[in-house]
Amino acid sequence: MASTILEMRDITKTFPGVKALSNVNLSVEEGEIHAIVGENGAGKSTLMKVLSGVYPSGTYEGQIVFRGQECHFKGIHDSEHIGIVIIHQELALVPMLSIAENIFLGNEHATYGVIDWDANETRTAALLKKVGLKEDPKTLITNIGVGKQQLVEIAKALSKEVKLLILDEPTASLSEKDSQALLDLLLEFKRQGMTSILISHKLNEVNRVADNVTVIRDGRTIETLPRKDISEDRIITSMVGRSLDDRYPPREPQIGEVIFEVKDWSVYHPIHAERQVIKNVNLNVRKGEVVGIAGLMGAGRTEFAMSLFGRSYGRHITGEVSLHGKPLDLSSVSKAVENRIAYVTEDRKTYGLNLIDHIKHNVTLANLGGVSSRGVIDDMREMSVANDYRKKTNIRASSVYQLTGNLSGGNQQKVVLSKWLFADPEVLILDEPTRGIDVGAKYEIYTIIARLAAEGKAIIVISSEMPELLGITDRIYVMNEGRIVGEMAASDASQEKIMRAIVRGEGKKAS
Amino acid sequence: MSTESAPAPQSGVAEDVKQGPRIAVSALTTNLREYGLIIALIVIMLFFQYTTSGTLFKPVNLSNLVQQNSFIIVMALGMLLVIVAGYIDLSVGSVAGFIGALAAMMMVIWPLGIFSNPLVVSIVCLIVGALIGAAQGYWIAYHRIPSFIVTLAGMLIFRGICQALLGGGSSVGPLPDSFKALSSGFIPDVIGPLTLIPPTVNAAGKTIVGSGLTLHMTTIVLGLIAVLAYAYFGFRTRRKRERHGYEAEPFPLFVVKTLVGSALALFLVFQFASYRGLPVVLLVMGVLISLFVFVTKRMTIGRRIYAMGGNAKAAQLSGINTERLTLLVFINMGVLSALGGLIIAARLGQAVPAAGLGSELDVIAAVFIGGASAMGGVGQVIGAVVGGFIMGVMNNGMSIMGVNVDWQQVVKGLVLLGAVIFDVYNKNKA
Repeated sequence: MASTILEMRDITKTFPGVKALSNVNLSVEEGEIHAIVGENGAGKSTLMKVLSGVYPSGTYEGQIVFRGQECHFKGIHDSEHIGIVIIHQELALVPMLSIAENIFLGNEHATYGVIDWDANETRTAALLKKVGLKEDPKTLITNIGVGKQQLVEIAKALSKEVKLLILDEPTASLSEKDSQALLDLLLEFKRQGMTSILISHKLNEVNRVADNVTVIRDGRTIETLPRKDISEDRIITSMVGRSLDDRYPPREPQIGEVIFEVKDWSVYHPIHAERQVIKNVNLNVRKGEVVGIAGLMGAGRTEFAMSLFGRSYGRHITGEVSLHGKPLDLSSVSKAVENRIAYVTEDRKTYGLNLIDHIKHNVTLANLGGVSSRGVIDDMREMSVANDYRKKTNIRASSVYQLTGNLSGGNQQKVVLSKWLFADPEVLILDEPTRGIDVGAKYEIYTIIARLAAEGKAIIVISSEMPELLGITDRIYVMNEGRIVGEMAASDASQEKIMRAIVRGEGKKAS
Repeated sequence: MSTESAPAPQSGVAEDVKQGPRIAVSALTTNLREYGLIIALIVIMLFFQYTTSGTLFKPVNLSNLVQQNSFIIVMALGMLLVIVAGYIDLSVGSVAGFIGALAAMMMVIWPLGIFSNPLVVSIVCLIVGALIGAAQGYWIAYHRIPSFIVTLAGMLIFRGICQALLGGGSSVGPLPDSFKALSSGFIPDVIGPLTLIPPTVNAAGKTIVGSGLTLHMTTIVLGLIAVLAYAYFGFRTRRKRERHGYEAEPFPLFVVKTLVGSALALFLVFQFASYRGLPVVLLVMGVLISLFVFVTKRMTIGRRIYAMGGNAKAAQLSGINTERLTLLVFINMGVLSALGGLIIAARLGQAVPAAGLGSELDVIAAVFIGGASAMGGVGQVIGAVVGGFIMGVMNNGMSIMGVNVDWQQVVKGLVLLGAVIFDVYNKNKA
């Protein structure tokens, strides 16, 4: 049996007024893939920051023993020095530098400060081969996709002679295909004897690769499950502390007539003007209906939604949109909002929130007219609106004056949703509404969606998680390469059917 | 993606913790920056009051102080919006210089007949300022040219035009007295003076200038009205919050704040009243400051500017027309730069090629000392005003003390650096 490579004993970390971790124990065996799961805010990242020395020795209680030696890291350099490397979910690459420059950034092969480019590039090429990335080391980071960037991060970790590789949500922004490739790579590393820790929300991935799973909840270790006991339901129960009989709230759809209709929607790429991104899309949504758009990453779903919403994406947009049979002018975001269309972005931090402002100001931003008269804001009205939506969407915060930048992902998403609910839309487009948020918060979001549908709104959900679409929608459109390649009732849809529609779509294109 | 950054436990694990009394504390700490700044200004004033053996607070000197620094503060109001919106404007000093030159040419040199009237000229100049702001804002808003570059170009262009207008190195003047009143005038005493202590008469039968105590009653009345309004509106807002069941700051804190604020204001009013009354330019400034506080705190357009500076993309996707908003912010800056230029010219009584030279840096420094963030989205009008006064008092105090101009710059630089370091340190601690 393999020996224990890492042992974290009774780790307790307090921030002013808050105990983030209390007596957390973690034991990782040599050569295994150890998954850590837990809701957002459970303390996973804090634990990893303790381990990697971001929180230096002395700021926490407890022991870290790595390969039989007790460690007192004063910073990341110390932990990297003995072979513990962490890859954060927000990639730390410099976009305008090449792959080789990024991999050896701060660690260049150089004599007296003069860089030996040949040595750097030769070593980079070797590392890229290890991670299965076929790119020229001179390629700029900005010119490769997120999936490949993640591989570059891993190559960078390998360059540091890593003994324990920690990946924090590595597949959060990857497509299905890239995610699979990444997981395969992890398994390959395991065969070569490397130990890794994988932090993930995606239980199917954990299920696939992990040897042991440690569940953390509310800053405590709940349990460590061995391979044979790992199942999604088992993990979910442990994570949320209650069993979720159903991951999706029950709902009785009351579907009316078609209220929102898109005809022959075509969009061209904003820079490469000859590239047609959206090709003659037709789509409709009925009153009280939740319609899903399925598809792979890059299928054009976000581009479609954003081009609809005030032409926020693309050029040479043609096609017709109508609401209740009347053609709509959606030529600017404010017109779209006026015509009661709302779009909840897939990237809440970049496109959804003002992170340096508090909940109250974020909630009212899309409908300032609703809390003001003649351009003067009524503070009291704004306050009651914010408190109202905080209750309605169950935003967990100390008050509406908490900065949105300090909220967990799930709560941030609820703020964005509140903002758009307050704008009182009839058609609500939700783009990956549950990306990167934990199981409990997902359920709350689904409940909100169900309630809105029951109120008679038309809802479009874009999601890459097929079970989610099958669970919450009434009808699913399948999109591929900018085209609608399938439409099916959710009741007789399945993951296989959706995939088949996508593949068929690709086949059509080839012929 | 999880968002468990360092302070995040607050949002995760701590959610269940009851945080009642915390709100009062946080209300205090969020305002600490503002209070701290005002306290800093008072400490600096007391320091110079001491080192200048009481000259700083002399009525004459207070009037001077206001007249010397008003253009910085007027332009800082515009610059605050520019910086909060996420931009910068380097051209304000040159625009001010150019407008001063334009005003002088219109009033003194060009044969414009009735149009050389100071009022007409002033209005035309403000419009020209708006056009300049629009011209620069257009490139920044609609063509996404970085504001640093556009306004750097503007800085060169308008300084050049200013010098060319004045025909090389010469100055143009003198300007009409009615125009000069904008800077060096005082409000008329419509109520009439009140003599508390009659002036001493010397042997030759002449009154000794500066002796006795006569109060400018209009100033006193205006000051009282302002202080009462300040206390009344503060109290009303507080009552309203309480009625709606929202936490207000603790009552003792509110009372102390109101009393200290009122006492300071009344002291200054008294000082002005015992000289020649309120300087016209102080009245202009006061009105503008109130207007900008109102716009930034209470109006939707102000809120939108903060949202744009905080996250332009999110603001745009919330239906805010960020391009037009950017244009408006620069038009506003242009108008205030023009007003600044008029104030400078009125104070000097003539247009000189170097008018406003380098003042863009003082204006920007005032805004940053006032706590604005160079990243945009953060900053307060009151902060910028106090920042401007801190710079002004230091200029004035050090001049009276006879500190060499070179060293004055060193001190100002250190204060700017210190204020920003203090901010960053506070933010990291929070």
